[in-house]
Amino acid sequence: MENVLEYLPQVLFILALAYAVYFFTRNVNRLKRNINLGKEQNRSDRKKERLKKMMRVALGQSKMVVKPIAGFLHVIVYVGFVIINIEVLEIIIDGVLGTHRIFSFIGPVYDVLIASFEILAFLVLAGVILFWTRRNITRIKRFFAREMTAWPKNDANNILYFEVVLMLLFLTMNAADHQLQINGAAHYVQAGAFPISKFLLPLFDNMTNEALIVIERAAWWLHILGILFFLNYLYYSKHLHILLAFPNVYFSRLDPKGKFNNNETVTQEVKTMMDPNADPYAEPENDGDVPDKFGANDVTDLSWFQLLSAYTCTECGRCTSECPANQTGKLLSPRKIMMDTRDRLEEISNHLNKGESMDDGKSLLGDYISKEELWACTTCNACVEACPVGIDPLSIIMEMRQYLMMEKSDASPELNNAMSNIENNAAPWPYNQQDRLKWAEETN
Amino acid sequence: MSKSLHVPTMASYAAEGKQPEVLFWVGCAGSFDDRAKKITKAFVKILNNIGVKFAVLGTEESCTGDPAKRAGNEFLYQMQAMTNIEVLNAYEVKNIVTACPHCFNTIKNEYPELGGNYEVLHHTQFLKQLLDSGRLKVEGGQFEGKRITFHDPCYLGRANDEYEAPRELLRKLDVELVEMKSCKKKGLCCGAGGGQMFKDAEKGEKEVNIHRTEEAMEVNPDVVAAGCPFCNTMMTDGVKNKEKSADIQVLDVVELLANAKDL
Repeated sequence: MENVLEYLPQVLFILALAYAVYFFTRNVNRLKRNINLGKEQNRSDRKKERLKKMMRVALGQSKMVVKPIAGFLHVIVYVGFVIINIEVLEIIIDGVLGTHRIFSFIGPVYDVLIASFEILAFLVLAGVILFWTRRNITRIKRFFAREMTAWPKNDANNILYFEVVLMLLFLTMNAADHQLQINGAAHYVQAGAFPISKFLLPLFDNMTNEALIVIERAAWWLHILGILFFLNYLYYSKHLHILLAFPNVYFSRLDPKGKFNNNETVTQEVKTMMDPNADPYAEPENDGDVPDKFGANDVTDLSWFQLLSAYTCTECGRCTSECPANQTGKLLSPRKIMMDTRDRLEEISNHLNKGESMDDGKSLLGDYISKEELWACTTCNACVEACPVGIDPLSIIMEMRQYLMMEKSDASPELNNAMSNIENNAAPWPYNQQDRLKWAEETN
Repeated sequence: MSKSLHVPTMASYAAEGKQPEVLFWVGCAGSFDDRAKKITKAFVKILNNIGVKFAVLGTEESCTGDPAKRAGNEFLYQMQAMTNIEVLNAYEVKNIVTACPHCFNTIKNEYPELGGNYEVLHHTQFLKQLLDSGRLKVEGGQFEGKRITFHDPCYLGRANDEYEAPRELLRKLDVELVEMKSCKKKGLCCGAGGGQMFKDAEKGEKEVNIHRTEEAMEVNPDVVAAGCPFCNTMMTDGVKNKEKSADIQVLDVVELLANAKDL
């Protein structure tokens, strides 16, 4: 009986780990399924260039530091989290094998590692507190748009609270461990250096080893369970960017920003129209390929990359704060375009999870994004330039405009006028094409 | 200066079995809009002055389709594009220069997929090349010491990463080049792109061109230099709206060059 109890923590740990991995895998599979609802788009070319861009923009955070304060804080939190994860590896091995600080055999290197984790944990803590202050006290404008209420607002703060708790647990665990090492408690090997948590030692004055072990174990368990929970929180959060920023930058557009997608379906149609030998009454050659619509009015009309981007968006609002339409008080917010795309995709995802039909009579255009937002865009690419993770909200706006124009003929009379002028006089204004060179005869 | 302009057409070159150095794509604004026509003429004056052999399509030119494409009318865009490509390819055009960043972007980036492959330059890039090769000489003239700020056209700057050519030309004029709060990669749009030129703006607090004009006014310029006929119109309107027309001129880079040369 005693033997069984001895293994109980290990068994519980393995169960918790297995459940977290199972739940995470399930969500990753849903994510993949949802992204694959998008249309084909070839982004497997120019691999070297893509890899370089990913190293520079995602790993190297090159666009984050365009805003120096937020960029600097983000780099600290990012580097801290990545490196502290080495410690998580040790914690997981310890948890499974029932060991304690299994990496401590590496000696002085271990001391250096633990010491640097502590310093990073402290910096992360400071960074996160400053982030919270910027978001809640300084009230930076881009965090207070109409799309930043309810869940998106809470989500952003939840992440910050979570990170504070995790870092505090990590430091408490180390401090208690350190005190136990000083006390010479059994099983607590002399290992690690604790430049930050040593300042917590006075809290443990006069505590018995038993009490310290309770504190150390509690902090250890809460810390790792917290991390496993956080891992599974990602899918429901803007924090998913910590994983998806990498593929999203890798697959992002490499062409000049001014080069908009060519609509191939339209090309086929126009070529047939302009071919003098084409038989106007002929049946379409491969009618299986005829698209059901031009442009996009729902997420399933968008490409897999655009859907990946929707999940990648971390709602920082840099796009929206650079948007000329948004700056002048129009409804358009590129960030909202991405959030709406994601929310609509999640709505469809929920139908699929329940085994229901995807067709719920709703659509991205209309139920989420209004025409007014779409028509306010000047296609200036400021949002695309601003995004630190390679998202292109403009491409979604353009495809929805195509739907409005070509499927619904739904544009303002002025714009329709310009279109018919182009069609009839080859210029957006009502001038005769034969007068195109008149300026050359004018003398002033 | 009422010296008449020499504007040969591609048709006349073809009739003689010759090719010009470059095709000047005038664009709809440059052909019809009164303000933009001045930019066209300033450019031609410089080309005439330094003896660049260029030609225009004249009545064979038609809208590149940019406003149609950005408004979502891909059909109309591709019809326009294919018609233009047919004409350009028939004349075996290799090099194109245009004073409109929208035409520039569309022909350079979007025509290749529809069968139109050309070397396309914005007029500021072309003039910069002429400057580098020594054919174009620029001196300060009347703009020496003037405070000038350059408004980056979205389709030259962000869309095609060209920020330096217009600025280098301006520096040659010995002007005091000042930058607005949002410039280059972060340059703020004038409000005309994406078909906005041809429609009313959506409801908001103010017009984009007013917003941009306010940014320009913050640096107290004598001249707002533009590189796009649409930006030019928007900024001119903005300055007018602020009742600053007497203090702030809005001029295309090529107009500044032509004026400096007293052409």
